[in-house]
Amino acid sequence: MSEDKLVGIVLVSHSAEVAASVAELAKGLAGGAASVPVAPAGGTEGGGLGTSSELIAAAAASVDRGAGVAVLTDLGSAVLTVKALLAEGDELPEGTELVDAPFVEGAVAAVVTASTGADLAAVRAAAEEAYTYRKV
Amino acid sequence: MLDADFFRRWMAATAASVEREAERLTALDSPIGDADHGSNLLRGFRAVSAALEKEDPRTPGAILVLAGRQLISTVGGASGPLYGTLLRRTGKALGDAAEVDEAQLTAALRTGVEAVMALGGAAPGDKTMIDALSPAVDALDAGFGAARAAAEEGALATVPLQARKGRASYLGERSIGHQDPGATSSALLIAALAEANGE
Repeated sequence: MSEDKLVGIVLVSHSAEVAASVAELAKGLAGGAASVPVAPAGGTEGGGLGTSSELIAAAAASVDRGAGVAVLTDLGSAVLTVKALLAEGDELPEGTELVDAPFVEGAVAAVVTASTGADLAAVRAAAEEAYTYRKV
Repeated sequence: MLDADFFRRWMAATAASVEREAERLTALDSPIGDADHGSNLLRGFRAVSAALEKEDPRTPGAILVLAGRQLISTVGGASGPLYGTLLRRTGKALGDAAEVDEAQLTAALRTGVEAVMALGGAAPGDKTMIDALSPAVDALDAGFGAARAAAEEGALATVPLQARKGRASYLGERSIGHQDPGATSSALLIAALAEANGE
């Protein structure tokens, strides 16, 4: 996978602030990951808590470089909305996948891995592996 | 036979009953949810009504697909993708026929309900929409009135259940004793079906 076709990352949270902060955190912790396309899709279009399929679709389109898009979510309607978009419609770019990962740790792992030019499967595996990291 | 007008009446009757019942849905959602079910569905079905008027789809399938898409994009809570998937998948199963019979609608709705179960991972007895929708589809062979009664009965039967899906499941035993808001709005959707049929 060439460096100019990086996997895009979309971070979907019920809260615009959480999504934006986790994006900033992941890029910050990933060091040289400035080039990784990461887009937050948080809250509703009106700025409230919730999920917006339009914000998700716009975020996915904005990070799509042709190498696939990994979507990480927090919970509830965020998960269901992404799944519904993937199952039924044509709103998300081709090669978009929902990644089953913890939101913060998974985002960091995904961004770091994507920054190496890894493909979507490797990005997904790295994010999912974050579940196995025990804190106690 | 059920034509496009029947499906337009169904969506209009659902929107009208959501307007009437929004406060009650939100009140049901207060003790065990985040108190937005009524307002979310209100926003969603107002968008459905506007889109149906603007785009004027001509077949039963196209009407439900458009309605489902509106719900997914405007509701903002879990009920958006769930009801959106229900209507969209039901609409797709109806294909592009100009009219469908009741058996075709029953089969299509069953496909839609199965898609909702797959999406949310809920089974009957989990205190969700499925507890109204699943018995309603089973009763549809006996007519729309029977389906309405089965959905209402199913919604009432969620009161003693402990929630196993969604935000209410975090409450554990404290979710017992409350009627599920999603099952309640599902009963409204099925009642609107009977209403569209003049029952």
